[in-house]
Amino acid sequence: MSKLPRVADPNFLVGFEHSDDAAVYKLTDDLAIVQTLDFFPPMVEDPYIFGQIAAANSLSDIYAMGAEPKTALNIVCFPAKMDLEVLAQVLQGGSEKVVEAGAVLAGGHSIEDVDVKYGLSVTGVIHPDQVYTNTGCKPGDVLFLTKPLGVGIVCTAQRVGEASEKAMDQAVKSMTTLNKYAAEIIRRYPVHACTDVTGFAFLGHLHEMLAGTVSAVIYSDRVPHIPEALIYAEEFLITGAAQRNRNHLEEYIYFGPQVAFGMEELLLDPQTSGGLLVSVPADVAEELLSELSKLDLPSAIVGEIVEKGEKEIMVR
Amino acid sequence: MKKTVDARGLSCPLPVIEAKKALQETQGQLEVVVDNTIALQSLEKMAKQMGLAYKLETRNEAEHTITITVGEGQASQAPVETGSQVERNQTVVVISSDQMGSGDPDLGRVLMKSFIYALTELEELPAKVLLYNGGVKLAVNGSDSLEDLQKLARQGVEVLNCGTCLSFYQLTEELGVGSITNMYEIVQSQMEAAKIIRP
Repeated sequence: MSKLPRVADPNFLVGFEHSDDAAVYKLTDDLAIVQTLDFFPPMVEDPYIFGQIAAANSLSDIYAMGAEPKTALNIVCFPAKMDLEVLAQVLQGGSEKVVEAGAVLAGGHSIEDVDVKYGLSVTGVIHPDQVYTNTGCKPGDVLFLTKPLGVGIVCTAQRVGEASEKAMDQAVKSMTTLNKYAAEIIRRYPVHACTDVTGFAFLGHLHEMLAGTVSAVIYSDRVPHIPEALIYAEEFLITGAAQRNRNHLEEYIYFGPQVAFGMEELLLDPQTSGGLLVSVPADVAEELLSELSKLDLPSAIVGEIVEKGEKEIMVR
Repeated sequence: MKKTVDARGLSCPLPVIEAKKALQETQGQLEVVVDNTIALQSLEKMAKQMGLAYKLETRNEAEHTITITVGEGQASQAPVETGSQVERNQTVVVISSDQMGSGDPDLGRVLMKSFIYALTELEELPAKVLLYNGGVKLAVNGSDSLEDLQKLARQGVEVLNCGTCLSFYQLTEELGVGSITNMYEIVQSQMEAAKIIRP
């Protein structure tokens, strides 16, 4: 993408220069549209659940910008010989999440492919002055994470028959929960930066947020996670994608000597439809935490932003 | 004896899973062949965590091997050097709870505190103290046994705390003595011990 020509349009508010979650284009002084797109192959067996997860994942980027989703389009890849009932279930799951988000499913496009892939392109709206970007954390800020980590590890364990039903249920619950509810609460607070945690894992998305301008300290004990995922990680039920994340991020991270190997892997585990990672001023942290704690999924304060130091991210 | 596992074409985590399975049945050397560097790095990561010696080789773009040494040639933790006057032998104390014995928990905690204190009074100190599950609670700030464990550590006893357990109990930052370890070292330490004491 870095080789593509940069756009000079002043209405183009947020693009891909800072690896932001979606594109934002100003229409009027009060209105900007937000556009995003995401699709992928299944990580669970059940097509209906897959549809829900993929839709929740696609909608997540809209919430991560502080925007409200309005319309969505299906993106479908499906093998010609597969039972169409499977596709019906996928689309059913997807459409239910779009409805839950308060948006309209306006159509879509499908092509034939060797395997199934599904997702959405979503358009949302926002006031141009209220767009959350990825970058903008200030030293002294407190970091929140609104969903537990470990879904990648649990799905990997499931693929080789090693995941417990309880762990898988927790993973599915996390992946199918819309970030809408957390986003609605966060919107009432001053947000310095916000992103959602997906394929680049917690540390990868944190790294993007810090943008080389500040550093962060992460308290590994407070990071919400699926408990079994920690054990599965110690059993090396981890992915190549996690290894790639590790390779890419190694030079920026210091893992304290007390941090277990399993916890390192959790923080590098690519997430699907993960939670929001939010940076807010310290004085609102307690109140925000108390409000977020009323939601189904556990949110937590996972760290703080500090002045730029030798290591960008210090995990304790 | 050398065993080979061809994991080319397998997508993660299968190469690691196949390697783990093969390691259980191998004495000597296990060679695992993969077709990409990411899988190779994952296997290297696993070998390091298990404390095993290994060698990497890339034959061509789609053929990478890691040769792991198990059994006789197994790399083990270097003994802790100490200037202490007290003798050490290959006795390992395994503490799996913050209580000693089953019955009344308060009594159990009192007994465990006494046990650890009694360890510090021994003429011949154990080589290692392994702490896991509830046992890690003894090694953190605020524990009644922290000072005694620190005294043992100062005299050359290797105090090893299960990292996963510390994370689970959210005590990672509170660790006050020793270093962290994993299941492989916990198993290995007991396999190598002349004597295992479990209070």
